[in-house]
Amino acid sequence: MDPGVAAQYAFNGLMLGVIYAMVAVGFTLFFGVLDVIQFAHGDVVMAGAFVALATSLALHALGIAVPALVVIVVACAAGLAMALVGALIARYLVLPLRAAPAFNTLLVTLMLGSILRELVRLFYPNGSNPQPFPRLLPTVSKNLGNFTLRLDSVILLVTGIATIVMVNLVVRRTRFGLAIRAVAQDSDTARSMGIDFERVVLVTFAIGSALAGIAGVVYGLYYNEVNFDIGLLLGVIGFSAAVVGGLGSIYGAILGGFLFAALQTIGSVALPVSSAYNNVFAFAVVIILMTWKPTGLIAERPSERA
Amino acid sequence: MQRMMLTACAFALACVAAVPSMPASAKETVKIVYIGPLTGGNAALGLGGRNSADLAVQLHNADAKAKYTFDLVKLDDQCKPDIGVQVATKAGADSSIIAGITHYCSAVAIATVDTYHKFGLPVIVWGAVLPAITYGNDYPEIHRVNGTMINQNEVNAKLVTSLGYKTWVIIHDTTDYGKGHDEYFTKFLTQDGGKVLADFGVGADQQDFTAILTKVKELHPDVVYFGGLTPIGVRLRSQMDKLGIQSQFEGTSGIVSDSYIQALGPIAEGTIAFIDGAPIEKLPGGKFFLDQYAAHHYAEPPEAYGAYAFVAANLIMDAIEKVGPNRKAVTAELAKTKDHPSIVGPITFDAHGQNIVPIVTAYVVQDGKWVVWQDSDYAKGKRKLAGRK
Repeated sequence: MDPGVAAQYAFNGLMLGVIYAMVAVGFTLFFGVLDVIQFAHGDVVMAGAFVALATSLALHALGIAVPALVVIVVACAAGLAMALVGALIARYLVLPLRAAPAFNTLLVTLMLGSILRELVRLFYPNGSNPQPFPRLLPTVSKNLGNFTLRLDSVILLVTGIATIVMVNLVVRRTRFGLAIRAVAQDSDTARSMGIDFERVVLVTFAIGSALAGIAGVVYGLYYNEVNFDIGLLLGVIGFSAAVVGGLGSIYGAILGGFLFAALQTIGSVALPVSSAYNNVFAFAVVIILMTWKPTGLIAERPSERA
Repeated sequence: MQRMMLTACAFALACVAAVPSMPASAKETVKIVYIGPLTGGNAALGLGGRNSADLAVQLHNADAKAKYTFDLVKLDDQCKPDIGVQVATKAGADSSIIAGITHYCSAVAIATVDTYHKFGLPVIVWGAVLPAITYGNDYPEIHRVNGTMINQNEVNAKLVTSLGYKTWVIIHDTTDYGKGHDEYFTKFLTQDGGKVLADFGVGADQQDFTAILTKVKELHPDVVYFGGLTPIGVRLRSQMDKLGIQSQFEGTSGIVSDSYIQALGPIAEGTIAFIDGAPIEKLPGGKFFLDQYAAHHYAEPPEAYGAYAFVAANLIMDAIEKVGPNRKAVTAELAKTKDHPSIVGPITFDAHGQNIVPIVTAYVVQDGKWVVWQDSDYAKGKRKLAGRK
């Protein structure tokens, strides 16, 4: 294969992968602290994208047109709004259900996802239709043989990776991250050591959801289009990526995200059958991987399991 | 005394209601149904069709000489076959609905033909182009005012090969609609000497096409042909741009909509697509239609197929005026349609209920508008399509 074309495949895959990884990291964080699965997470990504879109339109209406400023404001708005949504979900849906079977949390958040989706569809003006997302990043491109490198895509890729790295640093290197990891290991002991359990849970949900909100912005800027139902598939893919990588492990989620993107790319171009089967192929491989390694590619250390 | 008057009035009204065919000063109201995508990615076209059908009904109701007053029931098929069958069943099961102006999306129109036949509800398709909708069955209930994809792909292949393009990559959605376009375009293109380098099927709600498009880039086709509807057309064109693919982009009647241009902005420039029939403003009744449409202040534009929804509504209302609100009689009356005057030219249904439309019009996007090919700067040589010198 032509090296330019190969590079193009790799770059497309990386872009997809970084979006998936950002979603998957949220799933894994939530599972880490509370052993719950927050199934509305994909729709939080969608909500983030719509907050960003609404903010950009508002800024436009106010006459603020400096692209760099708009991008930063838009990303902050989406991140903060989703952090709040995440904390609210934790406070009013997940924590009260702690004593109930985990199955209930899964169902409740699944329903919450439908509610978020329908709210956007019904209340965002013309919300049933795909919404054009403004092109806020510089579109200059460089052709290297068959490889076209666009500045906007590079910025998005770097931003995505940087946010994931930051979240990882917070969890691994800060005092608060230590608290998160303590709660993840053994919440009862952590509590007896004076860690404010509820606060840790709320902030963890806020961080994971802010990441999802920013993923929504990256998604919007990359595809220049958002739709009320993008969260559904993103949620399933993000969750599968987290599980394949090893639920509870951040590195596993990242690995899973990129793996899934690679599988989709291979499914689109390397299969003899129609490329419409790329998701069939990717999920089939995920099923095989899960049978082979039920605890994920990067399994949590046994001591981390509650 | 007053009481007696009231009773008399009530009695008179009851008589009118009980004997519908009795000529009375108060007109009988007849329900007809409009079905199209009112939400979802193709909603712009569905809303344009709805407004146009509504316009026909309003103009008809304003006519003092008409025997009936019409009530247009509007249903949303969301461009999804399963939802389409549901609403078609709803319309079919409601015996007060006499006829329907149905469907923009081919996948929905083909899924619902059995339903209409089962309920004996006469319908006129106003926008779907899959040939099998009329030609794939012998149901007397199904008619269509617009042309089929066979004609448009034939004209398409002729035009683009005449421009000197040699190689194509075909991308189509995997619904009956996309597969139909794929089949007919491939057939006519090969006849006209074009070469298909690769053929990709994509999901109708797929978001990411970068992998497929990278493969397209590797193949360096002169033209990328897309058989599908606006939402994916927008994504493909946008992602082609992201990957720096220089090929000419062309589509079918499925992407001829204002929302295609609106979503893409300057990238839409130079896209070619085709529509059955002539552009509305060039038709005999085009000016009348557009003037009336403007006078009624609809929020959305009529879009490419609005005129056909208008004509379908008129055909149905004319038939009901003639034979009365009876599904069987209307079906029989519609079958006789021959050289019926309309704003898109005379309508004649063949044995399958298909209007014989001889004209196909090519369009190209120029300065943010769909411009008739022959009138465009591209045809006149003032501007160049991708890869042409």
